[in-house]
Amino acid sequence: MSITFENVDWAEIWQGSLDTLTMLAFSTLFTAIIGLPLGILLFLTSRGQLLQNKALYAVLSFIVNILRSVPFIILMIMLIPLTRLIVGTSLGVQGSIPPLVIGAAPFFARLVETSLREVDRGVIEAAQSMGASKWQIIWKVLLPESRPGLIAGITITTVALVSYTAMSGAIGGGGLGDLAIRYGYQRFQTDVMIVTVVILLVLVQILQTIGDRLVAYFTRR
Amino acid sequence: MIQLENLHKGYQVDGHIVPALQGIDLSIEKGEIFGVIGHSGAGKSTLIRCINLLERPTSGRVVVDGTDLMNLDDRQLQEQRRQIGMIFQHFNLLSSATVAENVAFPLKLAKRPKAEIEQKVTELLTLVGLEAHRNKYPAQLSGGQKQRVGIARALASDPKVLLCDEATSALDPQTTNSILALLRDINRKLGLTIVLITHEMHVIRAVCDRVAVIDGGKIVEMGNVVDVFLKPQHPTTQEFVEQVADSVELKEIVSHEKADKDRTMIRITFLGSQTYQPVLFQTMLETGTPFNILQGTISRMKDTPYGQLIVELEADQEQVNKTIGSLRQRGLEVEVI
Repeated sequence: MSITFENVDWAEIWQGSLDTLTMLAFSTLFTAIIGLPLGILLFLTSRGQLLQNKALYAVLSFIVNILRSVPFIILMIMLIPLTRLIVGTSLGVQGSIPPLVIGAAPFFARLVETSLREVDRGVIEAAQSMGASKWQIIWKVLLPESRPGLIAGITITTVALVSYTAMSGAIGGGGLGDLAIRYGYQRFQTDVMIVTVVILLVLVQILQTIGDRLVAYFTRR
Repeated sequence: MIQLENLHKGYQVDGHIVPALQGIDLSIEKGEIFGVIGHSGAGKSTLIRCINLLERPTSGRVVVDGTDLMNLDDRQLQEQRRQIGMIFQHFNLLSSATVAENVAFPLKLAKRPKAEIEQKVTELLTLVGLEAHRNKYPAQLSGGQKQRVGIARALASDPKVLLCDEATSALDPQTTNSILALLRDINRKLGLTIVLITHEMHVIRAVCDRVAVIDGGKIVEMGNVVDVFLKPQHPTTQEFVEQVADSVELKEIVSHEKADKDRTMIRITFLGSQTYQPVLFQTMLETGTPFNILQGTISRMKDTPYGQLIVELEADQEQVNKTIGSLRQRGLEVEVI
């Protein structure tokens, strides 16, 4: 069997790639903006930490767990009304960003919480002994000390978002996933499927490599 | 400089309260090096953490340089903590910051001007002998170097008090000595009050002026190192003193020799300048008592030289009494064992 790529409309592939990258950029950005503070708050309110608060931690943890336990494809559909409220449409690149962020932010928040837990308690204690305020401990100790872990976390999250963007194609989200489903799956155009998969694969490889390099650069241990 | 009054601290463990400190009273003078020694779990770590309120006592008063820390709000406490430097067993340096950045850290927290920070960091790195390593990261340093960074960092905000939490326990003996020498040096140069906790008696002997022995959350013995060291009263203290004496050997000698009636063993203690004088020789010459040295140490407690000799006198009771009397007259401490 030879593959001729006769069905592949390269202009459409290019547009799909751009859409995927746009979705990825914005959803990663907003995931970081929401997930990072959420993760910090999860960490700080947990047992034995600076802002220990059983009730708040339980509530946050519960919400995060719910959002993480709903399969993304179902979460997307459930969020359609909310998405319309936020960006005015549930379709296309715009419409896919809110569900992507709501799906990925809790995931990232847990990764943030885990990396903050890795920060040596003694270092926090040392900062306290030097008269650091709680804000200073967050900005000048916790975040810099956990930087490699946070970068690794955002890398994992971005890679997960790549597959989420592809899934959002199923409900009209646009991008490479959309092409793969419409042409590759529904019209049996295997060549389109292969091209989209290869592009996604290369994208993931590039993202992971950048992430790994940054982690290595910032690791001082 | 530091007053602790009737300090109590309990930890909640599985629903009931385990006491860690039970009524600690302590007064530490300005400029002295004060040691607290105890076994692990005795409460010494809790005690030193109460001085800068890293641990908040359940009850009691903590007064540092005239300020009662227990009455302060968060902001005031942060301000006061800058007067109290602290170094740790595991150094607790920022792994993501260079040596210079670590030393600058407390100054950045206090939002001091950049030029001042730069100058202070250079000054401190020179003091601890790490100027050449300023751009390295902690992971590239040895344990002793890390502790020097810790000391420089603790001194950056010109504290009046330095707390040392098992500062040498993770270091090898040689490095321990160099860190202790540095502590003694800064105590002298800067007139800094130092409180250190340890489980090693030789640390106390090397640098401390006074010592408190803590056991079961209580201070069981306290006094000048010289007195506590030479005349330990409490069993726990005696145990710690034995750490640095060759007492095991001594016990063997004692049990071996006891059988013989015409031999008396005495322990003679010299202190200060006596250590270097031929007192023993003169006495023996005068009384004509044959003697035999079984064991001897000459060492130094911070700045005080001292010596201890276990001597066997081969004479009858009358002669022995005369000899002991003569030794005591010369100001030596004599004990029959």
